[in-house]
Amino acid sequence: MGSTNSTLLKIPNVEVLMQETGFSPAHIIRLHDRFKALDKEGRGHLCPHDFGAIKELAMNPIGDRIIGAFFSPGKETVDFHTFVKILAHFRPVDKDRPKEPNSPEPINSRSNKLKFAFQLYDQDKDGKISRDELLQVLRAMLGMQVTDEQLESIADRTIQEADLDRDDTISFEEFRKACKHKRFTMFRFCIRPGERKLMLTLCHWSSELQDQHEL
Amino acid sequence: MYNFSQGFLVISTAMLEVDSAEVGLNYSLKSSATENISTSTNDSTGGHGSSTITTLPIVIWKWHHVETPYLVALWILTCWLCKLVAELNHNITSVIPESGLLIMMGFILGGIVWGADKAQTFKLIPVNFFYYLLPQIVLDASYCMPNKLFFSNLGAILVHAVIGTCWNAGTVGIALWGCYEGGAMGNLNIGLLQFLLFGALMSAVDPVAVIAVFEEVHVNEVLYILVFGESLLNDGVTVVLYNVFDAFVSLGGPKINAAEIIKGIISFFVVSFGGSFLGVVFAVLISMLTRVTKNVQVIEAGFIIVLGYLSYLTAEMLSLSAILSITFCGVCCQKYITANMDEKSVTTLRYVLKVMANGSETMIFVFLGLSAIDQNIWVWNTGFILLTILFIVIFRFMGVFFLNWLLNQSRLIPIDLTDQFVMGYGGLRGAVAYGLAASLDEKKIPEKNLMLGTTLIVVYFTVILQGITMKPLVQWLKVKKATQSDLTLNGKMNNRVFEHVLTAMEDICGRMGDNWWTRHWNYFEDKYVCWLLMTSDARKHKDPIFGVFHKLNLEDAKKYVNEGESKGSLAFIRNYDNASVDFKKQLALEYADIMPDIMNDMSEYDFGIDNVPVTSVMKNPLPSVSLNVHELDRKSMLNDLSAHHLLDQHLYKSRRDNRPTYSRSHYNTSENPDEMQEIFQRTMRSRLESFKSAKMGVNPAKKLSKHPKKDSTHKPNGKPADPHRTHPYGDEDFEFSADSASSSEIAGHFPRRNTNAPGAGVDNPAFIPEMDMSPPMRNPPWQTETANNMAVAPSQTAQGRLPWTPTNLRHLAPLRMSTRSTDSFAMADASVDDEAPEEKSGSHHTRL
Repeated sequence: MGSTNSTLLKIPNVEVLMQETGFSPAHIIRLHDRFKALDKEGRGHLCPHDFGAIKELAMNPIGDRIIGAFFSPGKETVDFHTFVKILAHFRPVDKDRPKEPNSPEPINSRSNKLKFAFQLYDQDKDGKISRDELLQVLRAMLGMQVTDEQLESIADRTIQEADLDRDDTISFEEFRKACKHKRFTMFRFCIRPGERKLMLTLCHWSSELQDQHEL
Repeated sequence: MYNFSQGFLVISTAMLEVDSAEVGLNYSLKSSATENISTSTNDSTGGHGSSTITTLPIVIWKWHHVETPYLVALWILTCWLCKLVAELNHNITSVIPESGLLIMMGFILGGIVWGADKAQTFKLIPVNFFYYLLPQIVLDASYCMPNKLFFSNLGAILVHAVIGTCWNAGTVGIALWGCYEGGAMGNLNIGLLQFLLFGALMSAVDPVAVIAVFEEVHVNEVLYILVFGESLLNDGVTVVLYNVFDAFVSLGGPKINAAEIIKGIISFFVVSFGGSFLGVVFAVLISMLTRVTKNVQVIEAGFIIVLGYLSYLTAEMLSLSAILSITFCGVCCQKYITANMDEKSVTTLRYVLKVMANGSETMIFVFLGLSAIDQNIWVWNTGFILLTILFIVIFRFMGVFFLNWLLNQSRLIPIDLTDQFVMGYGGLRGAVAYGLAASLDEKKIPEKNLMLGTTLIVVYFTVILQGITMKPLVQWLKVKKATQSDLTLNGKMNNRVFEHVLTAMEDICGRMGDNWWTRHWNYFEDKYVCWLLMTSDARKHKDPIFGVFHKLNLEDAKKYVNEGESKGSLAFIRNYDNASVDFKKQLALEYADIMPDIMNDMSEYDFGIDNVPVTSVMKNPLPSVSLNVHELDRKSMLNDLSAHHLLDQHLYKSRRDNRPTYSRSHYNTSENPDEMQEIFQRTMRSRLESFKSAKMGVNPAKKLSKHPKKDSTHKPNGKPADPHRTHPYGDEDFEFSADSASSSEIAGHFPRRNTNAPGAGVDNPAFIPEMDMSPPMRNPPWQTETANNMAVAPSQTAQGRLPWTPTNLRHLAPLRMSTRSTDSFAMADASVDDEAPEEKSGSHHTRL
């Protein structure tokens, strides 16, 4: 597999990246190809409008939030390392990962996944999902089907459900607790790079209706 | 253990002995009628048939007139009584599954019949089974199938149902044939093709038996859907396989060449997929039909059953797979008809289906047991029987493990070994296998009775033995059980967000995965399927998040009503309508000069407060005693809905402390007339909309559009542009068009609601929460536009009246609300007491 190695060598710090994210060389190459395809102008980094060029993503009601998740505050670009690290959130949790007490928490741990989801809601990064933030998400998703008042009562109810300290916002801790509910699909919140096909295989939603598989 | 039940059974069946013997005439078609029956029949015919009568008989014995339906009804009764008996002792049912118990009951019944008759005079005829007992079971199973779970696991289910079944049929047939050739069964007149046919009918995993067992042990959802879905589809596949092999058998060995085999394979696929497709077509038909059945709500549910049955029969007629047809019909139409039909019809349908399915299921098991008592079918061949049992178990396990291994290659969370084991062990054979065996043609298959007897033994073995051991096994293997989960908005919403995130990630990674398909199907469904199959009202509310919200609110409402009833009075619910009418009338008087067009609109409603005294019941067009369920339903629905609406809003009073709240206590300090005005307008609108929704069962249309231009699109059948729309407030999106379009209907209903509340006069309790509903985030157009219209702001006395709250609403608050909202209620009440004397202008406001 000489070509594989030569491609890998082009990526700087590839070992560190693989160790941090847990992706295999094949995945890294596949992701690198994709990265280059997205980076049409060949700048070596991606801008928000590169993501916006993906047609399906533009249809996604919360697409802009998801794109936003790739960019750390204040930055207008995302390089390959960050790109891979973000995607690493979606790897399934390694069940038989050796537990080393000193090693940092892997990116695809349950709490990191939750954090990723949480920041999709929490746009102002104050560590709390406020009613308005929730409303924005709901409005984006529900669209025109419900009236604003219904939307608001839904938002209120949602907050009340999760809000334990009665401050009218959902903190991360509350969010985590709310996600413990059985019907919740956080555990499905992963994509799996296939072993043989060099493809990123998204999880089969269906197969994971149990919460027992701890993520 | 059985003393009691046996005793009961004897009593309950003793009276049936004579009758049951006579069923033989009709049912067994062998007309092995005994001496006394024929005489009794002759007697009855003679008694009635003589046309020349000498004197006028007062009563006549007309047994043969009613014989058939009478016996059928008696048998149904007997079988159901068996179920009753079987369910009497929970200690027994916790060990032996109900299906097994029913079969044992069948043994006993059969023994009684045999004892009386010395012959097996009735049994399950395939025609009866396939046309009258099976369809409703399959329809019920498919209609109640967890839809999403089914479709997301469809791949695995299909693999198991199609490949697994073919594997079972082939291997069991060939292995048996091999053993026969090896001399394990002695001398039998069976060829390879017959063995394959037998293998095919033995591969039918029976959904009835499986569901009965698995529902009792509560295994986890994926395992459940895999076994259940497989057994359901597998029946269809089995029948198709059976027919193909049956055709081969009639064709005879020598004539079979490659072309015929290929034809057989093609026919297999055509029949299965054709049947499935036909089912989908019928599902579309049903869904479209339910769009227009609003006026015949009473029989709405019947349509589904009849059309479902027709889909079965049509497939049978076209020689397509009937079971697959009705399965897909039920699975596909479920979502749309639930959305289209009235909630009551949905419940009705569910219950009717359950009654029918459970009823025929019971009959099937009892008759399976009953069939055992037949000397004819018992051709014993130890080798054949034992080897059959051995092979079906072994090959079932092999097939399941191999296919699951294949599936696990691509599954994110693999099906683990214990689940696989339970899947294999759950291969219970049941009535379908028996029905197919019974419909074997004795001319073509000389050893039919051996096969029939073996099938029965296999059925008993699997249903009783495996059924009994299933529960301990599941516990011993620590199979994941189904987890009870609460319905939460958070869960629903987060799920939705994650679906979007995952599809987005797929897009970013540039891969078309499962989510791609899900998304595109959803898009397609939203755009075309729902448009075709759903009523417009249903379309509006089909969003699952909203559905959960609605369901939770309904639960709260129920809880609240229960609580209220245990505490005492719910009188405020009755007062509600009058109170709001009162309020409107009041406003109409006061604001007539300010908002003439609103008043015009409102005057169309004819609230009936002037000309209808509250004590009048004459306006009610329905007599208090009426057999017209539909009308009564609609009448009570008004009450239900208004109560629900009220509760809905009170139970969910939004907490909004970060913005100005409008409540009675704040009123005096409020300096912002614009806000008052806005609140007033919103309130008026939401009142009108709530009438609308109470009446039509729909929720208010999207309102408060930020683009006043779009108004015309909001009122499809509204009257043309309102000449008064240019009133000084400039709030063009203040919609009344929809209301006025339906105002005549309201007028019809409204007085009726009035009469329900003779003790009217308490001021509008539903008010405060609606005020709070006012969404402060938006900046509605009139807020900027009306800045110079302050002169016409509502007078303070009028505003002061708005947040009137009766004291009996207070205990609503602790149910689901924050402490703060409780406070606001309390405060509101307190201030009501203070300011009540100041109310003087509104003559309708005095409490009665």
